[in-house]
Formats: sequence, structure tokens, C-alpha cells
Amino acid sequence: MTARNFTVFPVLVACLFVTRVAIAETFAITNTTVHTLGQPGSLENATIVIKDGRISAVGKNVSVPGGAEVLDARGMVVTPGIFDPISYLGIVEISGVEESVDDALNNSYGPAFSVADAVNPRSTLIAINRIEGVTRAFVVPDAAEGGNVIVGQAAIIHLGGVDEYLIERQAGMIAFLGEAGSGIAGGSRAGAMLRLREALQDAKDFKANRDSFDAGQRRAYALSRLDLEAMQPVIEGKMPLIAYASRVSDIEALLSLADDAGIRLVIVGGAEAWMIADKIAAAEVPVIINPLANLPGSFESINARLENAASLHRAGVQIAFAIGDSHNARNLTQSAGVAVAYGLPWEAGLRAITVNPAKIFGQESNCCTIEVGKEADIVVWDGDPLEVTTFATQVFIRGVKMSMESRQTLLRDRYLELETELPPAYHLPE
Amino acid sequence: MTRSDFTVGRWALLSMTIAMLAGCDGGPAGDAAVDPYASTYQALPAEPMLIENVTILTGTGERIDEGAIAIRDGRITDVGSRVGKPRGAREIDATGMWITPGIIDVHSHLGVYPSPGVWAHSDGNEITSPVTAEVWAEHSIWPQDPGFATALAGGVTSMQILPGSANLIGGRSVTVKNVPSRTVAGMKFPGAPYGLKMACGENPKRVYGRDKKTAPGTRMGNVAGYRAAWISAQDYANKLEAASNGTGEAPTRDLKLETLAGVLRGEILVHNHCYRADEMAIMMDIAREFGYKVTSFHHAVEAYKIGDLLAEHGACASMWADWWGFKIEAYDGVRENIPLVHKAGACAIVHSDSSYGIQRLNQEAAKAMAAGNRVGIETSPEQAIAWITRNAATALGIDEQVGTLEEGKMADFVLWDRNPFSVYAKAMQVYIDGALVYDREDPARQPVSDFLIGTRAGNGGAQ
Repeated sequence: MTARNFTVFPVLVACLFVTRVAIAETFAITNTTVHTLGQPGSLENATIVIKDGRISAVGKNVSVPGGAEVLDARGMVVTPGIFDPISYLGIVEISGVEESVDDALNNSYGPAFSVADAVNPRSTLIAINRIEGVTRAFVVPDAAEGGNVIVGQAAIIHLGGVDEYLIERQAGMIAFLGEAGSGIAGGSRAGAMLRLREALQDAKDFKANRDSFDAGQRRAYALSRLDLEAMQPVIEGKMPLIAYASRVSDIEALLSLADDAGIRLVIVGGAEAWMIADKIAAAEVPVIINPLANLPGSFESINARLENAASLHRAGVQIAFAIGDSHNARNLTQSAGVAVAYGLPWEAGLRAITVNPAKIFGQESNCCTIEVGKEADIVVWDGDPLEVTTFATQVFIRGVKMSMESRQTLLRDRYLELETELPPAYHLPE
Repeated sequence: MTRSDFTVGRWALLSMTIAMLAGCDGGPAGDAAVDPYASTYQALPAEPMLIENVTILTGTGERIDEGAIAIRDGRITDVGSRVGKPRGAREIDATGMWITPGIIDVHSHLGVYPSPGVWAHSDGNEITSPVTAEVWAEHSIWPQDPGFATALAGGVTSMQILPGSANLIGGRSVTVKNVPSRTVAGMKFPGAPYGLKMACGENPKRVYGRDKKTAPGTRMGNVAGYRAAWISAQDYANKLEAASNGTGEAPTRDLKLETLAGVLRGEILVHNHCYRADEMAIMMDIAREFGYKVTSFHHAVEAYKIGDLLAEHGACASMWADWWGFKIEAYDGVRENIPLVHKAGACAIVHSDSSYGIQRLNQEAAKAMAAGNRVGIETSPEQAIAWITRNAATALGIDEQVGTLEEGKMADFVLWDRNPFSVYAKAMQVYIDGALVYDREDPARQPVSDFLIGTRAGNGGAQ
């Protein structure tokens, strides 16, 4: 079934400039299959009502409120929006054009670097991924030569417009261990661990001796004052430390460190995590993996395999998926589909790209399931959302009905017909 | 610095674009009586077979439901609704399964940029001079790259392995059969023509002009570089011809000019890395100036803007389903690129340029097909399968032997557990010249690279 079979009531012009104030609209999505990923479970012939930005009803016997814009989604599949848990959306426009890339610092600042200050909600990547169902992203700083092992703080954004796009400015602290950490820390992965421990110790010492530090009466710290301040929520267990590690021994070193220091740990990469799935499950540490990674691309991923996701899930590890390519964050659905083909239950695949990132980053009370009271990040698909031939036909973000247009759809429309009298540059978008 | 566990994405693209080919002079030019680099490929043992009750995508645009295919002596002897059983054939009831021709990737760097991706194994780009037509990719290939096995598990039976795109003219490519072998010669597709890798745009001007402060430093510098090379090649080809006519003396043998003259004689096929529509148009102008043809543009992110020009030149476009934005010359990517080229009547191909993408070319073709259908370019699996089989074979000059399931062709095919245009589809068995090279349910038929011997994922991660 194609998008054109979907009954959509007249779509007004792009919602690009809609603000939070303007969303006092009511929508009802009817006659649809919905995977709520919450208490109502999966329902057939269900109705979802969206009011004032939030979900006000979901179920089989829900009546449509008067004045609601109705979308008859018969034959469609509805899910929560896709949440990209390791993203560069808003901070990278063209990877190879340095001036358009704001994801990394190559100087001594580390933990204090906050990508929130660089996010561009008008980036073309936002609409291109939004129209394919990506509604939220955990935007992360990247590693750079000459930088720090702890590279800075991630922000959570939604993809629903240019106002109030930052959901949480400081949502997690990113660190690079393993091979990448070794490269930064001077040539050994042990050096990366050393820098991490030093930062944690200095942050604790700073906390206890702030006055004497300010008076210039405390020993020198490896980190700057702003970096030490930024580390406080990490040592207090309020902000997760999101650490890149793939080799089993690197993951084990981090588990041990997190246990000793009492910090909240999230592993990213985790190519070999399946080999110690039980241990990770027991430590209750979530793992963000690329489910497609099955090659020994480096000596820390010799045992990479396509069943990583299924093994971790079976052991009870909370998993989320990331593919490292923000231009195509829309392919998270495909990556989940591949994980399902290699043994992961279907719903666990969907969870790994929707509600699990929300849980890992402390957002689940507010979003990412289809339950009454939650912010309405909802995607209507023309088939199985994990299938490669499926497209989103309508996307809602925080209850706002999104335009389904992007720079790519406009370019496409300009060149749909090549045999025209005038040059394509005169084809104005309708 | 890399994060290799995340190489599917941004870093892979960056390292691919950063990734980087040399020559010597010998005695008088002429045809060697014996080709020292000839293929030594030997088909693996095969038995006669009759596969029945199977959905067949033939690669010719046809779909046969509840069909059958007969194989003998490594060749297809019959395909259709009713097929006679070859003498002594093993009968396979493949109810519920699908058969396609073996998948062919026209753009791979397996073996020249193998896993693990360490400097010592990175042999794809001879970044020492902008024109290195004298180098041959086959002299860099490491046959133990674990990526060959994972590509096989994705149904890939043949591929073209190219030098990288750092140089204007990067060297000769080679087409191989995806069989485990101790030597490259043992993989070489028998009788396949060589290709010549050329590259437009950002890469050569960055690698030379910006990084080495030497020509070319601009796109106009790129074009001057190609033209100077072809002028030398024309002169060399003319001298060779004069020598063969007895009207002149043979030139001193020159490996670089030997390859370029091979292109001008139509024996070596041009594979041109090029993103932008306007640059592809200029590359076709250069081809016309020197009397050769661009067999395929590669990457061709803007091919949808010039599908008519490609059709007129007879050039294929080898494309990704959706990669875009990693460079400014890839900024105008659209999901409908492949179907739009197909619609314009040009030869559309889905390629990988990735050790990950090559494992799922069926899914990439499915994405492109669905994107086309969404805008009214009606394409069915029986048509779209040609993007990764027949059209790819055409671009590699091996379409007489492989690329479709037709009587007389090599029995290179894949048995899928369902419609291969699904994310859930898996290649269950892969046959090359009628031999079972990969069997998902039999670990003894899952090639393991020497590199992975003794590791827990000794199956190459493919299982």
C-alpha cells in the first residue's frame, strides 16, 4: 500500500513554524493497528486521540471528540516515534564540510562542552529524518584528536520544529574508552581509564573543597573549573556516563569502575557485549549497539556478530540501537528489522528504537509510548515499521501534525519529469 | 581515530573518503604469449539438481510462481513452470522459498580495504600520483578478508573490486567470484574484462591540491589531468598500431599507457566515481573527445537529474539507495535516485562500496523500489532484482555468463527463505557454478577466514 491510499484530511501548509502555543488541536487516528509499547499493549481497530500535544485516549472503544481532525488509518500501523539514541542531528550538516560540523572540540575542554549550544533545529537533516518517523534524538559530542577522553555533554532534542526544540540541555556525559580512548589518552586504553578515574576523583575532591579551590589553596586538578562543575551530576549519579567500549575486557573494566564509583553507566558500541550478557544484565547497565556490526573491523570487535542484540535481550539487558549515521537516522527501523531477522523478538526490536532510549535517558514518564498523558510522538506507517518497503505516511511530534515535506522531497519533485521546456530551476514547489 | 564498531555510519564514510594507488617500465610493448595473471578459478564440486515449487525472479524481468530450475555441470539447463529432471539430479522441494540470480556488487573494496581496517592492510589507494593507471587492484587483495564470507551470506556471488577514489585514474579493477581461495588468481572471474577506476570531484583535488599542494587542486585541474593522460594514451595506442602494421617501431612498454590504451581499444571498461550531475556530463564529454565510453558512473548521487543524458550515452549509474550528505557533492541525494534513473531508460544499479552494505544489497534494492512506487514509478521485485543482478553483470561485461537465470548460464544463484525484498529475508543457500558455497544450516558450508580461526565468532559473524 502506498501513501496515496491513505485518507488524509486536507493538510495545511508546513508546520515548520508552529509553536507550542499553536497546538491546541485535537486529532483522532481511527481504525488502526497500534503498538502502544505501554500498558494497553498492541491493539487492532483502535482509536488514538491527541489533544493539546498529549495523548488523551487510546483504545478500541474510544469515541472521537467533536471538532477533532480525523485520520482514518485503516490498514496502517501506528507506533511511538523513533528515538535516535546516538545522534548528530542538528550539529552536523555535511560531514565533510568542517564549517558545518559542530560535534567535537580539539582543545582541553572536556566535560563542560555542551552540544546543546550548537544545535540547529533548521538543519535539513531534521526534516529529512522527521518525515520518516524519527521524532527525538540524543545528540552527542564526538571524539577529536587533541581533545579529552570525556568529550562533553549530550542534549535531548525533538524534531518537531524550531521553538523549544531542546528537551534537556544536559542529558548525559560522553566518554571514549577502548581504541578510541587510547588514541586520545596517549597510546594505551589503560591511559583512557586513568583519565576517567582522575576526572572522577578530581570532581569529588572539588566538590568537597570548592571554597579552598576558589581561594587558590587546593592542589591542581587535571580538569578546568568548568569541567569539574560539569562532572558533578555524574559523580552524584544524576547524569549517566555514556561510554564507548566494544571489547569484552574494556566493558568489564567499565562495569567495575562504575560499581566502585557509584555512577550510572551506559555502554555504547558493545560489539562483544553478547559474550558477557549475563554479567551486564546483573549490573543493570544498558547497552546501545549497532545491530548491523558483524565484522572484525578492529581488534576490539573480533567477535562481533549479528546475534548480539538477541543475546543481550535474552539475558535481560536493556538495549537500544544506533547506526552512527545521522543523515540516515531513518534507517534505524531497518537495523531493528535485521536484529529481528537474527533472533530478536519483533516488539523488542521496535522498543530498541523507541521507548528504550527514552528509558535509558530518563524520559519515559513523559514520552515514547502511546499511553494517556504522554506527549504525542506518533508515527502512522503504511506497513510493518521495521520493513524496508514501509514508509511513514504521517508523523506527529508533541501533538503537532508535521508537514511531510523535506529538501529531498522537493528536489525529487523538481526532477520527476526531465522532459520540460524550461530548466528545472524554474520548477517551483507547489 | 575510528570507532570501528560503528563503521556502518559516519566514520565509515569518512574513512572511505579519506581512504587512498604505482608503476614501472620494462621492455618493448606487445602481447605476452602467456598471461601470468590469468584466472586459475576452478568451480567447486557440483551435482545435478532440480529445485521445484519455488518462486523465481529470473533477472530478465520475469517472475515464475511455483517454478523449477534444473542445473547440470554447473550450468542452468532449464528454468520455467515445468522443467525436466536432469539425469541423476538431486530433487529439492523449495516450497515457500524464492530464487534469484546470484547478487553482483559492481563496487567493492573487499580485500583491498579489509577487516580489520588497520593501516597495514589498507591497500586500496596508491596516493602517490594522481594518475596511476599502472596499478592493479588484484595485486592488493587479501583473500582472507572476513568480509568475503559475510558478503556470501548475503547472497553475493560476484563482485568488482576497485582501487579507491583518491586518484583521477586509480588503476585496474578486477571481477571475482566470491569463493574461498588461497590466491586472488583462484577467485578471478574467468574471462571477465578489466575495469579502469576513475574519480571526479572532491577526492582528487583534496588529496593532491589541498593535502599535498600539487596538481590537481580544482575540478578544472582534474579535467586537465584526465585529458593529458588520454592524449598520452592515444599516442601510445597509435604507435602500437603502427608497429602491428609494420609501419613503425613499437614503443617501450609502459604499464600505465598499456591500461589506458586498453580502454581506447574498448577492452577495458571505465568505472567512474562521480557524484554531481554536471560533472558526469563533463566526463561524458571527455569520453566523446577521446572515443571511449563510460561504462558506469559510481555513486552518482545526482544521476536522477540527468537520467536522459545517461541513457543517451549508454552509461549505467551504480548508486546507493539512500546515502547522502557526507560530502557536499553528496548533498542532493534523494531516495528516488535509482527508480528515477530506471524510469529515464538508463541502466540502474544498486552498489555497496561497503563491507556492510554488500551484505544487504537486496534490502537496498527494496528500499529504492518502494521509494519509486511511492511516487508512481511502478516497479516490481522482478524488475528491481535486475538492479543487483542483470544490470550489474552488464556493467562488468559478464552478462553472457551470469546475472540472469537462463538456460546455458553459469548456475550462480541464491535460495532465499522468503521474498528477498524484505528486511527479514535471509539467503539460505548460495550456489556458484552449481556448487553449494554457503548453507546457513550447515556450518561446514560457511567459509571461515584464516584470520578468524580460534575466535569465538569463528563463523565470520555471518551465522
